[in-house]
Amino acid sequence: MAGNGIAKKVRETQVWKSIFRHGPPDNARNRAAVIAGNVFLHLHPIKLKKSGVQLGYTWCMGGLTFFIFLALTVTGLLLMFYYRPTAEYAFNDIIALREHVPLGIMREIHRWGAHAMVITVWIHMFRVFMTGSYKPPREFNWGIGVILLVLTLLLSFTGYLLPWDQLAIWAITVGSNMAKATPFMGNGGPGAMLARIGDFVMVSDKNDVRFQLLGGRFVGEPALLRFYILHCVFIPLVVGVLIAVHFWRVRKDGGISAPL
Amino acid sequence: MLKALINQLADPIISFPIATLAFWWMIKYYRFFGSKKFGMWALIVSIPVVAWFFADPNFYLIIKTPDNVPIGILLILVCFFTWFSLHKAAVNDERIEQGLVPIEALPENREKVWSWPNLVYTELFAIIACTAFLVIWAIIFKAPLEEPANPTWAPNPAKAPWYFLGLQEMLVYFDPWMAGVVLPGLVVAGLIAIPYIDTNPKGNGYFTFMERKWAIISFLYGWLVLWVYLIIVGVFFRGPNWTFYGPFEYWDLHKVVAEYNINLSEFIWIKGLGIGMPKNLILREIFGILLTFAYVGIIPVWVAKATKIGRKFYEDMGSIRYYIFMFLFITMMSLPIKMVLRWLFSLKYIVALPEWELNL
Ligand code: HEM
Repeated sequence: MAGNGIAKKVRETQVWKSIFRHGPPDNARNRAAVIAGNVFLHLHPIKLKKSGVQLGYTWCMGGLTFFIFLALTVTGLLLMFYYRPTAEYAFNDIIALREHVPLGIMREIHRWGAHAMVITVWIHMFRVFMTGSYKPPREFNWGIGVILLVLTLLLSFTGYLLPWDQLAIWAITVGSNMAKATPFMGNGGPGAMLARIGDFVMVSDKNDVRFQLLGGRFVGEPALLRFYILHCVFIPLVVGVLIAVHFWRVRKDGGISAPL
Repeated sequence: MLKALINQLADPIISFPIATLAFWWMIKYYRFFGSKKFGMWALIVSIPVVAWFFADPNFYLIIKTPDNVPIGILLILVCFFTWFSLHKAAVNDERIEQGLVPIEALPENREKVWSWPNLVYTELFAIIACTAFLVIWAIIFKAPLEEPANPTWAPNPAKAPWYFLGLQEMLVYFDPWMAGVVLPGLVVAGLIAIPYIDTNPKGNGYFTFMERKWAIISFLYGWLVLWVYLIIVGVFFRGPNWTFYGPFEYWDLHKVVAEYNINLSEFIWIKGLGIGMPKNLILREIFGILLTFAYVGIIPVWVAKATKIGRKFYEDMGSIRYYIFMFLFITMMSLPIKMVLRWLFSLKYIVALPEWELNL
């Protein structure tokens, strides 16, 4: 691995040495250094049990979920250059994206990636369950995982509205109608009837949870803006923080689970 | 002929019991289903069957919608990984029976290895494969874009995104406050509660079935049958007006399915006692209310007292864990129970209080 000729010369330049502060990872010292010295790689432990590296054990589904999340962040950022979240522009911006960007596949990667992330998250949970990895000491990290799962679904759901086509608004209408039925907090839910003072209805369709979610009584422009901000800023931030906690805890709970 | 038969079988009235039965067999004979031989044969048989499905124009109409592609992928992955985890569990269980340690506990697997290159290269490979997969998928299937949003004209059927279609399918049996709010909320709460309910220390860090049978059965039934199967029904078998359509059936807007469902209170007061419905709401629904309280309040106690397995659970878990577990479990089972009651007795609601938007 030490290399010869050009490769070796490149390794000896000041530029190379300034970037990689250690020699090639062919001995114990450097293998430790390459993991510990790199901000991305240092998410990993320097050494780990062989059972934990095997594809047959982790299925790599957590790792792929994270990778797809990153891919979605990048493609999503690119899409944001073309997209304005208003009823007037949203749909046309998507059309324009199609027409003005030849061979563009960012929207496709973003959309199919979103579906893929939902799938990998489910399979990841399935794997964690089947290896009993939620058992002590990993109970808390399993809980973080469940929240991440819910947020992944919400990310996907809020993004579904943004193209502002028939598919989008009616899927979101069906979904957000559920909020109307929330007990005590939704206008059409059980208990809402009880919350009235004389003629004054406390939980009406102008202030219940569905209204708060949509910023209106139906899926209209305010809902588009809300979903846009939730989708592009708020939920990704929360997911990012929770993924950091999740990874930290994987390490602190003793690394990938293995027989006690 | 065969297609007509399959169309009939796909109806939840038939396919749900089939799915439950298949699940039970899979669990009971998991060593057979988890064998390499079964895996091979399942693969060999399923390829022509899937091809035959695809050759049907009506089925093709549904499956070709780009947004339905992920469900195909989900199904393939779920089938594969279910088989795979049963396979790994079967191998380990056999070893444990012979007094050996599970594969994951062998000394060579406990040995520590360097992250570089062992782990980092595996990840690199996974990332490249995943990227290639996404790019090819993106090139073949264009992201859909339908007509511009039109709040005055609803498409029929109006479906939620596919990952929520299991919930939308539950709307057939439950009101939105249950199917859309309470049950999903309990699913999330229940998932978070799993590690605190399951006190069995065995099976931590390796695949096994034998050592944690009940945990796996409860989880897999919810995941495979109540979640994945219902999504399949919601995606493939529900057409306009959320009417049932077989996989080879054309989604004809005019298919009419007459359904007359009646409430438990009507059953009892009108059909049973023949004295008509009482005016007082609580009195009217008293049977359903009592039944519901008995379901969540008495059944757990009875199971703990009268059955062997219940007594064992109660002793192992203690009263609080036991009750939370039973509550979550019977709530989960209320879905299949409600389905069966609907099919057998056309039962609509057990408690019907539309006056308070409270129907169960
Ligand atoms: C955005 C979503 C998620 C990401 C990015 C993620 C990522 C990861 C990664 C990279 C690992 C390392 C091992 C592996 O790849 O399997 C891991 C482990 C783990 N995850 Fe997740 N995960 C997510 C969601 C979940 C969910 C939904 C659950 C469970 C409900 C969960 C529970 C766990 C647990 C308990 C571990 C430790 C497993 C062990 O030690 O064997 N995670 N996660």
